[in-house]
Amino acid sequence: MSRTLETATNPRTLRRVAIEPVTRVEGHGKVTLLLDEDNHVRQARLHIVEFRGFEKFIQGRPYWEVPVIVQRLCGICPVSHHLLAGKAMDMLVGARQLTPTAEKLRRLLHSGQMLQSHALHFFHLASPDLLFGFDSDAERRNLIGLIAAEPELALRGVLLRKFGQEVIRHITGKRVHGKAVLPGGMNKELTQSERDEMRRGIGEIIAWSRDAVALGRRLFESSAHSATFGVFPSNYLGLVAPDGESDLYDGVLRARDATGATIFDQVDYARYNRVIHEEVKPWTYMKFPFIVSLGEDDGWYRVGPLARMNISDRLGTPLAETERQAFRAAAGGGMQHATLAYHWARLIEMLHAAERIERLLDDPDILGTDLVTSGARALEGVGVLEAPRGTLFHHNKVDENDLVVKANLIVATTHNNQAMNESVRSVAARYLDGKELTEGLLNHIEVAIRAYDPCLSCATHALGRMPLLVELVDAGGVVIDRLRRGSTGACTSNAG
Amino acid sequence: MPARLVVFACGNRSRGDDALGPLLLDRAETWLDGQTSLDVRTVGDFQLHIEHALDLRGADLALFVDADADCPGSFRLRRAVASRDASYSTHALSPEAVLSVCRDITGGPPPPAFVLGVRGEVFDLGAPLSAAAAEHLEAAWGELESLLGDGRVEAWDRRIGAGPPPVAR
Repeated sequence: MSRTLETATNPRTLRRVAIEPVTRVEGHGKVTLLLDEDNHVRQARLHIVEFRGFEKFIQGRPYWEVPVIVQRLCGICPVSHHLLAGKAMDMLVGARQLTPTAEKLRRLLHSGQMLQSHALHFFHLASPDLLFGFDSDAERRNLIGLIAAEPELALRGVLLRKFGQEVIRHITGKRVHGKAVLPGGMNKELTQSERDEMRRGIGEIIAWSRDAVALGRRLFESSAHSATFGVFPSNYLGLVAPDGESDLYDGVLRARDATGATIFDQVDYARYNRVIHEEVKPWTYMKFPFIVSLGEDDGWYRVGPLARMNISDRLGTPLAETERQAFRAAAGGGMQHATLAYHWARLIEMLHAAERIERLLDDPDILGTDLVTSGARALEGVGVLEAPRGTLFHHNKVDENDLVVKANLIVATTHNNQAMNESVRSVAARYLDGKELTEGLLNHIEVAIRAYDPCLSCATHALGRMPLLVELVDAGGVVIDRLRRGSTGACTSNAG
Repeated sequence: MPARLVVFACGNRSRGDDALGPLLLDRAETWLDGQTSLDVRTVGDFQLHIEHALDLRGADLALFVDADADCPGSFRLRRAVASRDASYSTHALSPEAVLSVCRDITGGPPPPAFVLGVRGEVFDLGAPLSAAAAEHLEAAWGELESLLGDGRVEAWDRRIGAGPPPVAR
């Protein structure tokens, strides 16, 4: 796994193109391309302006506050952080085994989050590229273009997202800032009327999810890009049940290499730091995790929907499992390495989430009232789950006064950091090399990043604080063109 | 029959002045508890998303409340018109974009809508509400209370431009 194009041999003589921030991803990221005089790509890097203050934000707080306050780290996946903070705190209160109702409510909450997140990403952010083409008219390549061309599809996307949000609201009591998860269990039981309301809609949600999977498969299999766009071998990591079935909420860590061979399996996630370390690079604040046994150069890996399809032995619901088998068959039964296959995999997971919601709603335990348990206290807690974007780690230590003294969070986007850089380099080398840059060509770079659904969010969105800036810098370091998009959407262009 | 009003408030309570929207919504909900003659729905979230277009259905009037880094005075009331702006390419839609999604997925015009922006300056994770923003909050609450108490479009239109003078930065 080479790192060609990560660092140019003589960067000061090259022309620099910056795409900042990358659009249709969460938060802010920046891509820099260094081109020589013939427009050959000599260096390509994705810089993620990762905010590393969240561990400090948690330190000094009583542990029982953490599940509530971590929701405010990220406006995009607050439910994943809320759930996982509670799961990590379960260890502090000695609750390794929750009551059946509490565990099933958490799994239902997690499935709602998975459904709404995947629906938003595919229908709102990714499908315009896939339906209209990466270099199609930028004015059409968005949700509005989708609504105009495929109105029913667009509406279904909104309604799928809405249903997932409603699952979250019923369990947490609110769409956001809910207080559902407690160390050792859950805070609120589900009422029969809430359960029945969700039950009434789930059949349609499953049907629409099946249609979405069919669309995702068709788009992947019919695209000329699929076999070449961002296709490269990699390792894959994720959480699975001890028997190898997919489990997004709990299980053991498993990693497979590019051939499908097992790197490790059955690893207790509380010992994650024995198999994963993080590398620091001088050109970015973001860390690069790697598998210890493979080392820094070869140990990077991918997480998220593609990884989960590649490492799990089966999905636990019938419709989604049928689709998973088709997905694997498309790769000849081996590992699927196409970056664009993330979208197809994501839609299979959306169907899986919908089926799981139906199954959990039919389970009598879901209406139980025994919600909290506890056991022997501990001073250290680790939690891991599969968030929509990939594996998420929370690791906390508390003192005798129950205050958090140390926190470590590894989010999915950090796991995928090296892989996204590989995708950028792969696409830059194949599609941009030697050509004049156009918006459509630059969108190819963004399409590669967007496939990972990276969460770079700062969770702040106040009006006027979301500019888009693209700069073109010549070999002498002079800005020769600049395009800025303000909060109203108006673009202004000026030379430096 | 009173106008059916929906009030959206966005922001993150743990990011300094980004809490202005949620804090104003808290006040509005408390105030509304005693106002049985009004028909007001409230929606709070970190940011606006596509599904908020569905919350606009059935409303006669909509108000979006948010911290505003570019606000010249303590607060600013303005009209919002459905528009296909650049926020379609992000996870945080503008009020105009939400109105546009509403129009496109329902096939009808969205309700008349206004934005109450409240001046904010500090947005760091873990930062408290700034002293300046606390003052802007008080000023904006007076405006919000007036808007909630008179849910007529023409009355809201008359309040545009009648806000406070610019604040020195």
